[in-house]
Amino acid sequence: MGMTMTQKILAAHAGLDKVEAGQLISAKLDIVLGNDITTPVAVNEFKKAGFDSVFDKDKVAIVLDHFVPNKDIKAAEQSKTCREFACAHCVSHFYDVGKMGIEHALLPEQGVVTAGDCIIGADSHTCTYGALGAFSTGVGSTDMAAGMATGMAWFKVPSAIKFNLTGKLPSNCSGKDVILTIIGMIGVDGALYKSMEFVGDGAHRLSMDDRLCICNMAIEAGAKNGIFPVDDVTLAYLDGRSERTPVVYEADPDAEYERVIDIDLSKIVPTVACPHLPENTHPASELHHIKVDQVVIGSCTNGRMEDMEAAYKILCGNKVADGVRCIIIPGTMQILRECVERGYYTAFIDAGAVVSTPTCGPCLGGYMGILAAGEKCIATTNRNFVGRMGHVDSEVYLASPHTAAASALTGYITEYKEEK
Amino acid sequence: MNTQGKVFKYPDNVDTDVIIPARYLNTPDAKELALHCMEDIDTEFVKNVKAGDVMVAGWNFGCGSSREHAPLVIKTCGTGCVIAKSFARIFYRNAINIGLPILECEEAAEEISANDEVKVDFDTGVITNLTTGKNYQAQPFPPFIQNIIKCGGLLKSLKEGANNG
Repeated sequence: MGMTMTQKILAAHAGLDKVEAGQLISAKLDIVLGNDITTPVAVNEFKKAGFDSVFDKDKVAIVLDHFVPNKDIKAAEQSKTCREFACAHCVSHFYDVGKMGIEHALLPEQGVVTAGDCIIGADSHTCTYGALGAFSTGVGSTDMAAGMATGMAWFKVPSAIKFNLTGKLPSNCSGKDVILTIIGMIGVDGALYKSMEFVGDGAHRLSMDDRLCICNMAIEAGAKNGIFPVDDVTLAYLDGRSERTPVVYEADPDAEYERVIDIDLSKIVPTVACPHLPENTHPASELHHIKVDQVVIGSCTNGRMEDMEAAYKILCGNKVADGVRCIIIPGTMQILRECVERGYYTAFIDAGAVVSTPTCGPCLGGYMGILAAGEKCIATTNRNFVGRMGHVDSEVYLASPHTAAASALTGYITEYKEEK
Repeated sequence: MNTQGKVFKYPDNVDTDVIIPARYLNTPDAKELALHCMEDIDTEFVKNVKAGDVMVAGWNFGCGSSREHAPLVIKTCGTGCVIAKSFARIFYRNAINIGLPILECEEAAEEISANDEVKVDFDTGVITNLTTGKNYQAQPFPPFIQNIIKCGGLLKSLKEGANNG
């Protein structure tokens, strides 16, 4: 029996010709990542265990993105811990205010992660980089500490679910609608411990931003990783960016999958996940009675350039509805700059929205858009758990940038329809 | 090794945002964070939990964020063990890495009720409900993971491995 794409990457990084699902392996890491919340815990563990150096200063990435510019004194202390550690160990991929972006928008953009890599990150959405054809998974701070010290991590080789994508997405849908539809179909633990491999002619038609969004939310189905095969779209994206030479792995024709799920992209509709689980999905068109107080467009899921384009297309020349706060957060400084250069920034302000520098802020209820009791927010973020964006009695509805922007204009959850 | 205590019962898909809300994550101090453990779904937990008590939950316990603060605050509160039908994978890894005992046992998680008195033997995986008198057998950990637990966490096991190798 052959290997899946994920299994092939893991085998290569473990120095083995073959691995199979369930096998415990120790694999070499190409990048070990942490942020301003998880790194301080890792630094503490690293020091406590008596390690005095990182395995490779070019293979550790520390991104301050959750609470920066520092939201309060305690957050400032956490940033300081990260900064001092990065400085002491000459960490080359340290991203502070001014250079930083939301980690999972930033690392692909900067070419820090590439096809064929084996990556761990002390952030659950580290699975994003599977869009580039890498094996990439979220871990905790102790795993990050061990990874920084040794350059290795242990894994149980995952089995896989194959998603065979066909057709072409309707123009009012994006990768977000695809992944929300899939999570609605299989549930928040539907891919627990498994890989989600996205293949088929439909997969090749998806843009890189759509693929990054889809892999980003693999964790919301419980998956260990999400992954796309490397094709011309991937290679064009990586060209001129990647620090390392991309390595292309392909699943064997006789690879074993626990399940194969066919998805016709042309049948996808604008989809919203209602409180309080990402699996609680409904067509946006059925939720037009739900009035929203806030709209957030951003996050590691949807803070990329195509997401800003979707917001611009809908908001430009229009006005955010009275009583709605619309917060737009470009994912990286480069994306923010491009929003300025293309005139999006001005158009967003003219529409009555606010634009923030990159931050995870509101997505996890940190700052920059916290909800009061009883308030509802439609957000392009990734989780709608109880209390996720603020008060325990507030509600988050997860949607695409199209649906979020269209809802900002009406004040109700609204399916975006392209004007003919 | 074992634990004995009162049961706090929780549903399916308990996520790390309710175990420890992100609004408190501007500090890595486990004792300070532990004051807020579970507060968004159970304001009584922190007031009532005693050393050795047991959390019993449904499917996919610990889903969501990778924050290691989640198993850490459960442990810091004094919780002796978490029994669930299944665990989200990052939580599972983190719990082992920081030394919070966890056991997967569908039958026990289904049948044990809130406030029951439960005894757990980690060496054998036997869970005894002292209130009803019923025994359950949890899935044993693979030897590789047992070794991490025996060493007292991942980093200690790595150090030990380096010393032995």
